[in-house]
Amino acid sequence: MPSHLASSRDSLVICHECDLLQRIPSAAAGSRVTCARCGNLLHRHVPDSIERALALSIAGLVLLAVANLLPFIDLSIGGAEAHTTLSTGVQALWQEGKWFLATLVLFTCIVAPLIQLSLMVYVFLPLRAGFVPALARPALRAIHHLREWNMVEVFMLGILVAAVKLAKMATIVPGIAMWSFMGMIFIIAGALASIDRQVVWNRLENLS
Amino acid sequence: MALDRGLTGCPICDQVVRVDEEHGRRELRCPRCGGTLHARKTASIGLTWALVCTALVFYVPANVLPITRVVSLGMVQEDTILSGVFYFLQTGSWYIALVIFVASIFVPLLKLVLLILLLVSVQRGSRWRPRDRTRLYRITETVGRWSMVDIYVVTILVALVNFGFLANVDAGPAAVFFAAVVIITILAARSFDPRLIWDQVESRQALQGSPGEDADRE
Repeated sequence: MPSHLASSRDSLVICHECDLLQRIPSAAAGSRVTCARCGNLLHRHVPDSIERALALSIAGLVLLAVANLLPFIDLSIGGAEAHTTLSTGVQALWQEGKWFLATLVLFTCIVAPLIQLSLMVYVFLPLRAGFVPALARPALRAIHHLREWNMVEVFMLGILVAAVKLAKMATIVPGIAMWSFMGMIFIIAGALASIDRQVVWNRLENLS
Repeated sequence: MALDRGLTGCPICDQVVRVDEEHGRRELRCPRCGGTLHARKTASIGLTWALVCTALVFYVPANVLPITRVVSLGMVQEDTILSGVFYFLQTGSWYIALVIFVASIFVPLLKLVLLILLLVSVQRGSRWRPRDRTRLYRITETVGRWSMVDIYVVTILVALVNFGFLANVDAGPAAVFFAAVVIITILAARSFDPRLIWDQVESRQALQGSPGEDADRE
């Protein structure tokens, strides 16, 4: 079995990009530690990591719920009007038989952020209260792996481009859901950036 | 190299883990978070080449076939990614044209070129600027997701312009190929192991009698 390094394991880090073993100083609040050799970001110290991540992920869940339930964009061309919600595009693609695209958009813009936010609340609420929930370790791993598939900020750029394209021929009215979705993008980015690996994994080890 | 000391770092929780002799023959799991550990990613070069080649093949239909199909009062207009860029240029929205060009045409090609460069340099045992090559790798990892913007634009247009005979937008066949290119290049960037760049540098240094020391910092 692989074993833990016995001595001062918290300050020993191996760079994921160049495999350099190095001792990192105990970081001051907000400070970033980069690899001595390749410059990769090794660690960012976040004060009150768990509390911040918890607060932001609860806020993110509320905003995501609003973004899904209320009108997203309304459009009118001449007399014709269209009312859409966040998932209208996914439904339309699915009905066209473009199930691959529909699944991809649904996953990257709704499902991935929803799972990430839910799992953060699921793990950090108990951790804050002083116990470790069941399956906390797979949940934290899932949050990590979903990072690259959560593409909400790219979706926002897509909305801007589509809006410019349609603005010449139609009137576009952004709904509450769109503002909510925009807020969620910043909130989820903040929540993920608040996860201080050292703090979270040490807390988990100490409690279990 | 941490591996020379029989150690590897967990990519998920940063735990330093001892790698035993027969690593590679069986799956190694992190004792702290339970994630799978790879001292070096498995078959990194072969897998990355395979994904890069697949993406290159899909890049052609993604750009040649129409990505949107607009039907308005019985008139059908099909647009490719490039003709979409020209549409925005002609209508004066050059900044949108730039966004689409960069995200849909430039970024996927840049990623593929950079990955090929990294693969060839590692296979040839190059010692050329390892720090800069690591930086190039970081670029391929970061920019890839922005290529999805065209897929989202199509999705939003399909959602909004849905008035039957009057005006209707459908996703064209290129959309699926293009989405595949984006996903495959993301997987390609992930399967490449940047530590291979540094393995070459250190093995050459060892031959020349100046072993790369692991740093200790206070």
